Amino acid sequence: MAENFEQHSDVSAADLARLTQEAQAEATPSTAKIIWSEFKADKPAMAALIIIVGFIVFVMIGALFINTPKMMETNIMAYFNQPFTSDFWLGADSGGRSVAKQLIVGSRNSIGIAIGLTAISSTFGICWGLISGYFNGYIDWGMQRIYDFMMMLPMTMMIIVLVTIIPHYNSVTLTLIFSIFYWEGTSRLIRSRTLAESEKDYVAASRTSGTNHWKIIFREIMPNISSLIIVDCTLSFAENIGVETGLSYLGFGLPSQTPSLGTMIANANDPNNITQYWWTWLPAALEIIILCLSISYVGQVLRRSADASQRQGSIN
Amino acid sequence: MWKTILRRFLIMIPEVIILSILVFLLAKAMPGDPFTGSINPKADPAQIKHLMRINGLYDPWYQQYWNWVVHLFHGNLGNSYQYQEPVTRLIAGRAGNTLWLALFTMILTYAFALPMGVYAGRHEGKLPDTIIRVYTYVTYCIPFFVILVLGIWIFGYVFGWFPTTGSISSDASSWLSTIGSRFYHILLPGLLGALFGTVNIVQYLRSEVIDAKHSDYVRTARSKGVPNKDIYRHHIFRNSLLPIAAFAGYSITGLLNGSIFTETVFSYPGMGLLFVNSISYRDYTVITALVLIYGILNLIGTLLSDIILSIVDPRIRIQ
Repeated sequence: MAENFEQHSDVSAADLARLTQEAQAEATPSTAKIIWSEFKADKPAMAALIIIVGFIVFVMIGALFINTPKMMETNIMAYFNQPFTSDFWLGADSGGRSVAKQLIVGSRNSIGIAIGLTAISSTFGICWGLISGYFNGYIDWGMQRIYDFMMMLPMTMMIIVLVTIIPHYNSVTLTLIFSIFYWEGTSRLIRSRTLAESEKDYVAASRTSGTNHWKIIFREIMPNISSLIIVDCTLSFAENIGVETGLSYLGFGLPSQTPSLGTMIANANDPNNITQYWWTWLPAALEIIILCLSISYVGQVLRRSADASQRQGSIN
Repeated sequence: MWKTILRRFLIMIPEVIILSILVFLLAKAMPGDPFTGSINPKADPAQIKHLMRINGLYDPWYQQYWNWVVHLFHGNLGNSYQYQEPVTRLIAGRAGNTLWLALFTMILTYAFALPMGVYAGRHEGKLPDTIIRVYTYVTYCIPFFVILVLGIWIFGYVFGWFPTTGSISSDASSWLSTIGSRFYHILLPGLLGALFGTVNIVQYLRSEVIDAKHSDYVRTARSKGVPNKDIYRHHIFRNSLLPIAAFAGYSITGLLNGSIFTETVFSYPGMGLLFVNSISYRDYTVITALVLIYGILNLIGTLLSDIILSIVDPRIRIQ
């Protein structure tokens, strides 16, 4: 092809190279590049991103070196050990268990469930929203009624009831139970965007030329709203950390022998613990706040980079 | 418009029926039977079987469901196993506490959110707007139960300004001190709920005000020489008020769902705490009744909001 081109045109090879370079420089930058430059322009966002990634990697690897059953054994000698000592640098709880170690394993569990929950519920919500928004008409109407019904259910109560009905549950079943109830927000957002998107000319053109519906939905509309999907997934990740820890706090999340950030905060339910032995629950509470704020901040920056008029980073 | 409201009602009917079936099936799936705890442990198994047959527990599920619904309409939700008391009376005693707290929180939320929303919209892009946006963003991101725990720790235990448990102190005897004590007990949970629940109203009001600022009627008012203060107070604010009022229904549903956490942290004897306690005692009649009540309250809340919104905004009327 290139040889053919050279034979039949007056453009020299050097000119061609120069033109290609110019065209590449003027082309719309890739999404990843835009996001990266946005982070480079916003230092706090970069700090938040480093905190999150560093922390997740740290707890994932750190938890591998901790023997959980051994850590959860009661050690009466270390009963409410003070923090900042050589053995227990965040103190110990009523069973003499190291708070620092529980914090690492608990973070791993909580973050792991939040990631799983985000993956499942977002995938479902995205598919639901895309199909509902694309097909419109009766399908949309029916799907919206189901959505309305799900929104009406008292979510927290339903989850607690399901957790008590299921005899043997673990983190996987727990994630699945949460997922039943947490896809609605995503689906609503994606649906409204899909409704707008399927009115556009490229969809009509594709439909006229006989493209399969599913191909239009997943290969043509979905890539076009991918920035929205990325933003929404990030924000729901932050929210989902709150969901799991909240239910574990009430005692209906992970079982008590499996530490989670929520079960650690539940130590504060004891009036003695909350004031006298603050180190048993305060680190977990602060960790949740910092995590949620950083993740949502990253989500805000992603949202900004998806909207060309709000970008702060410059791309060269 | 009446047509819209009627349609909205008609959609609600199947929702209530499906909800009741779902709640009934969940109750069936729970371990144990309605006689748990109320009969002699030495009773003859054959006798228990006979009791269950008389009470229709071997009937097909749709027949049991029908019986349950008939009982429901007679206000009979069964007996609580934990308290040995009719569920209706038990819940009636708790519902007041929960609803008071929810109402109080909602009033405070509006009291904080309305001025903030108008102010942020009026000074769009300036420092106060930025501060309010950062504030709503931070309050939105942090899980609410963490705030409750931190709040009760700082203001309840460390400073000792607020009571940390119950809905009324035991030494309140006279009429006035009863009210005062009740109010004192809902003050901290109400304040926390309001300060951390403003985000929806503030954001909505802010964008409404920003839109209205550039609208024709504001320009007309301004050219007539109406003072800026009056434009905001009488023109813009009044126009944005009705859609904001519509949020009340949604915010009630949010507050009810949050009541499980609030009441657990503050040991406040309302329906949410009753639910958590009943779960740990496996008191299934109470659990079923509460899930049903919360579902119906959610439904009424959304219904109210939808009706108000459809009055305000013709675009969202159901076709």
